[in-house]
Amino acid sequence: MKFKSLAIFLIISSFFLTCILSIWKIMATLQGLSFTNLNVTPVFLIGILLSLAFVLIGNKINSLIKTFLLSFIFSILYFYLNEASPYWYILGVFLITFFFTSKLKKYSMQSLKEDFISEKIIFDFITLFGIVFFAFVILFPFYIMLVTSFKTQIALLVNPLDFSLDFTKSLTELFKSYFVIFETYNFGRYILISSAVSIGTVIVTLLFAIPAAYAVARLNFFGKNFLSTSILIIYMFPAIVLVIPLYTVFSQFGLRNSIFGLLIVYTATTLPVAIYMLQGYFKSIPKEIEDAGIMDGQNWFGIILRIIIPLSLPAIASVALYVFMIAWNEFLFSLMFLDSPKSFTLSRAIQYLSGDAETPRQYLMAGSVIVTLPVLFIFIYFEKYLVSGLTAGSVKE
Amino acid sequence: MSDSLSKLEKRTAYTLVLPAVLLVFAIVLFPIFANVWISFKDIELKDIRIPEPRAKKIVKSISENQSELKIIYKLRNSSLIQEIRNVQFQDKFPTNVSPLNLDSRCNFQSKKVVCNFGNWQAKYRENFEITIQNNNGEVIDKKIIKSQKPILSGKADNPLLTTNFTLENFKKVFYENNFVELLLTTFYFTFFGTIGAIIFGILAAQLVNQNIQGRTYMRGILLFPYVGPVVALAYTWTLLLDPNSGTLNALLVNFNIIEQPINLLGQKYITMSILGFEFKLRLALTTVIFFEIWRYFPLAFLFILARLQAIPQSLYEAAEVDGASPIQKFIYITLPQITAIISILFMIRFIWNFNKFEDIFLLTGGASGTRTLPINVYQQGFAVSDIGMGSAVSIVIVMLLLSFMVIYFRLIGKRANEV
Repeated sequence: MKFKSLAIFLIISSFFLTCILSIWKIMATLQGLSFTNLNVTPVFLIGILLSLAFVLIGNKINSLIKTFLLSFIFSILYFYLNEASPYWYILGVFLITFFFTSKLKKYSMQSLKEDFISEKIIFDFITLFGIVFFAFVILFPFYIMLVTSFKTQIALLVNPLDFSLDFTKSLTELFKSYFVIFETYNFGRYILISSAVSIGTVIVTLLFAIPAAYAVARLNFFGKNFLSTSILIIYMFPAIVLVIPLYTVFSQFGLRNSIFGLLIVYTATTLPVAIYMLQGYFKSIPKEIEDAGIMDGQNWFGIILRIIIPLSLPAIASVALYVFMIAWNEFLFSLMFLDSPKSFTLSRAIQYLSGDAETPRQYLMAGSVIVTLPVLFIFIYFEKYLVSGLTAGSVKE
Repeated sequence: MSDSLSKLEKRTAYTLVLPAVLLVFAIVLFPIFANVWISFKDIELKDIRIPEPRAKKIVKSISENQSELKIIYKLRNSSLIQEIRNVQFQDKFPTNVSPLNLDSRCNFQSKKVVCNFGNWQAKYRENFEITIQNNNGEVIDKKIIKSQKPILSGKADNPLLTTNFTLENFKKVFYENNFVELLLTTFYFTFFGTIGAIIFGILAAQLVNQNIQGRTYMRGILLFPYVGPVVALAYTWTLLLDPNSGTLNALLVNFNIIEQPINLLGQKYITMSILGFEFKLRLALTTVIFFEIWRYFPLAFLFILARLQAIPQSLYEAAEVDGASPIQKFIYITLPQITAIISILFMIRFIWNFNKFEDIFLLTGGASGTRTLPINVYQQGFAVSDIGMGSAVSIVIVMLLLSFMVIYFRLIGKRANEV
């Protein structure tokens, strides 16, 4: 039993170490180091030795000294087994090993005898592995997007793996792609249009949604149940089936290539979610507060303006942010309705740029960074509001 | 008394709801019905503009004599295929200015030239000339003449509103459109995209639900692909997967994992052999599905995490006392608690994946075996310019969706209240 759990522990922990060191190696390769071999087998073997030494030593020496010492020895071994590598790379290896060995703390020869220890080991390491895996898989494309925007086409053709930033260059050289897309490709204008459309959509949606949500939440009227179920069904319906009729009608009314046309469509498609999210919140406001308002002789307008809105600011904020993000990210309708560069939104402008095969990719990525940053910034800053909104509204994309 | 109060309440409710309802009806529901209409018509992209009579006014001096001017109107029918009936023309002139020679179709009354041009065939063009002079021999200001725009009107059929219908579009959809493959591709994409997103969602939720350091950061990072703009993310992936200088292929070649770069987004099939069995994998489709999973597992993750956090800890503690293993805890406690949310997620994501357009369009444009129904709507309607055919494909999508929804509300809808 003990031997089996020890074997499982050694293999899995070493496998995990090999994985994170490989990721480190890949990241280092992308900084221009010319590694051509992942050296998986030797790393795996010395990883097993490391874990074995760790559990064998157990509590005989101070754990901090033990972790430090083992990581140090491991790094030296790694240095000799690996291709020639600079010191910052080995320092990284040392820090990773140090992190890894400190995660091993709870394992010792004694703990390997516990019930279900093999399953626990597997679960623990799957957790660690999962965190590294998800973080890497998600962040890697964003990382590539960012660093590509700072490179030049020629540099990338010479060595497609060298994403290192040359800080000896002046700032104007480094940010050249950004200057170019603003000066040559007019991105300043597209940012303004995208902002105008998104903020406009938020305002108009709230203007329509707040009264409607109030009515659905509070008042009794014929067709109320029908309305609240159809809200749910409507946002199951896809944009792609709306595109052809809207395109033909908008063409005949001259609404194509107009920001106003886009605004109407965005408002109409986000309204159901907005109403759904808001009415849920309005229902949670105690009715007595409104009754007091009615006693004071307020009409429904006064009640909404002076009682409901001030009380539900967090919900309104989350709906607003959410609608903003949908409108900012929207692509399909802007592709269909906008043909003239005069009225492009950011997304449409980037797609238009990519249509020209000659466009250097760093411009494309600089544009992508510009369209992504505001959304990620809003998301990180207001995450709490947005997450509650996302789950409450059960979400339209 | 209470009766009038409830009447007032009703009236208030309708005033509050109506603007939103009307807007949604106009933009979301009307097009769905309009699709039915268009799908039975033989109509192309170029037909959708209503034909208009147009005139371009050119003003020319005739001689030294500045009191006379020649005006040329370049008249045309804007449509290449439709006639305009009963075209009326009208242009205004300043006081004391009158035309010298007037076409028989026109007459001059109270400073206006009014003409009746009759019917214009499709592609009709004419250069219509008038010479004008000042009655007092004074100089005519060219700018004033130029700034006055002629008014034209005429009757033309709106090609959208005519009542000649045809079944041709649907015939083409089912018989000339590789319909079976189209449907299969759509289902592969939808099904595996949905399943994958849910599996990764469960894994991620399990991870974040444990007591690990920095779990709030982890939750934030996990949602990045979902909140990022699709255009930016799709192009980043295209660049990453590019066979010639994409980072992924360059890395794999560099570390000798593959010999030749693989065109992950441009190759329809790849032959794989596992345990001696050779089979063909739909490569581009698989890549697109992975992108889809990458982008949408965060949604599944968020919902499942919310559900996991609501499971009482006492259940796990009791299991611990009973000596349950981690796997047993997951199977007997966690899974039953999240099946309801998973079935709802499955349906929602299934429907949305079924309609997914942007992701595939931006990654492959529907090439290399990634043509799904929504992509086909775009291809038929805008690339081939056959609006009627595009609408017919839309109708097929709507029909399939409606049947999914019926199944959804029959099977799972009742459960929705429990969650």
